Amino acid sequence: MEGLAIKILGAVITTIVAFAVGMTYGGITRKLTARVQNRVGPTIFQNFIDLLKLQSKKTNIYHGVMGHFAPMWIITAAITVLMFIPVLHPGTAWYNSWFPNLSFHGDLIFLLYMMVFGSLGMALGAGQTGNPNSAIGVTRGLSQMVGFEIPFVLALVALMVQYQTTSIQDIMTVQRESGVWMMFSNPFSFLAALFASLGMFRYSPFDIVGAPAELASGPVSEFGGKYLGTMMSGGSIFAFIKLTLYVDLFLGGAYSIPELLIKTFALYMIPVFYGWVNPRYRTEQAIRYFWGWPTALGVIGLLIAIF
Amino acid sequence: METKKDSQTIAEYIKNWSRKHSLFVMAYGTGCGAIEIPATMTSRYDAERLGIRGAATPRQADVLLITGYLATKTLKRVIRVYEQMQDPKYVIAFGSCTINGGMYYDSYNTINVLEKYIPVDVYINGCMPRPEAVIAGFKQLQDKIARGDADNGTRYKENLDWYRANQQQVIKNWRMPDYNW
Repeated sequence: MEGLAIKILGAVITTIVAFAVGMTYGGITRKLTARVQNRVGPTIFQNFIDLLKLQSKKTNIYHGVMGHFAPMWIITAAITVLMFIPVLHPGTAWYNSWFPNLSFHGDLIFLLYMMVFGSLGMALGAGQTGNPNSAIGVTRGLSQMVGFEIPFVLALVALMVQYQTTSIQDIMTVQRESGVWMMFSNPFSFLAALFASLGMFRYSPFDIVGAPAELASGPVSEFGGKYLGTMMSGGSIFAFIKLTLYVDLFLGGAYSIPELLIKTFALYMIPVFYGWVNPRYRTEQAIRYFWGWPTALGVIGLLIAIF
Repeated sequence: METKKDSQTIAEYIKNWSRKHSLFVMAYGTGCGAIEIPATMTSRYDAERLGIRGAATPRQADVLLITGYLATKTLKRVIRVYEQMQDPKYVIAFGSCTINGGMYYDSYNTINVLEKYIPVDVYINGCMPRPEAVIAGFKQLQDKIARGDADNGTRYKENLDWYRANQQQVIKNWRMPDYNW
């Protein structure tokens, strides 16, 4: 019984860490973007203030069951996926006490399925609101997902084939025993996955889903107040999940929280930096981008892994 | 600035603090004032440092900016946008045109006094107000929110009959959806 209580406490702590880290990274990005544009910018905790405000707004609109359900769906999907991600290296003291969760039971193929679950909830919810901007946003989002999933899956399949395992923990163990990070031993797969991450984080030039000036924020255009706040929290947790997964697979995992923060932040800055110097692509340009060099790199990585 | 900190509960005080520091702006770009918004938001005056950022749709917005004169045709859209916004909501009106009609005071198709059609929290006068004045107006709104005096939505609901009568006086072909907020 006591073991169960500890496990639940560990799950809660993991969720809080993921939420806080994701939100703060978003805030730091806003501050850095402002500095790049020669502005002062908001504080790095602005996202928390925004969330507090959004949660204190009244909501008197009803867009049908799915419209009400979608934000809950997104945050549920985010927390579910989080439970299957090894946050730290198995065996380290912090991991054993707070972060084991269910990570032993999850494998990469399962994660690939679960990671699109949140987007599915968003698509259904946005569909029910009936706003034309939402429908266009959802179409674009799914098209873009078809684009970046291919190099992403190719990169993951290369790892799975090479090491004959689908377990994230096994891949982390391989890196620990050989002492070489996957980004150096499988550089082509890493590059393919990195290009895919540009699309995943939806910063420019791949912000074709939200497209504030064009689609009026796309799928979320009918969601305000608490709905928007919940979606924001879910999105922050998802950002942490993707970063941690990349660190686990390609950057050798982390032995402590500070190490994890340094590695995830370095990874997070890549799509952000790329976004600062790029305007928005059109949908077909984005798909052509992902099906070009990233996919080619993914195929090369896969061929190297097989032969 | 005297605050009614004592008369607010702690929860209300924290809520108002967050509302004050996070204003999502729906810039209704009518009239000449729309050109002042980019200047206020971008590098030189940088409204985002005060937590003010643009919102794409009325559902996400807290503040409605009316940036100049309103033709009766435009007023119809403004009312629709305003009614789609969720409580608590605030309205900032720009320039002389929203106060007394400004240079369009005798025009046949613009409204003169915005206050008659939707409640306004803060007026920024001038023709047009400069970004400094706009930021000063936002500051005034923030103070009002912190005091707990910004009750725009409630005022509209309580005096709905009066506002509706005024609106229908100028909008002849009244075909608007009923909002049950």
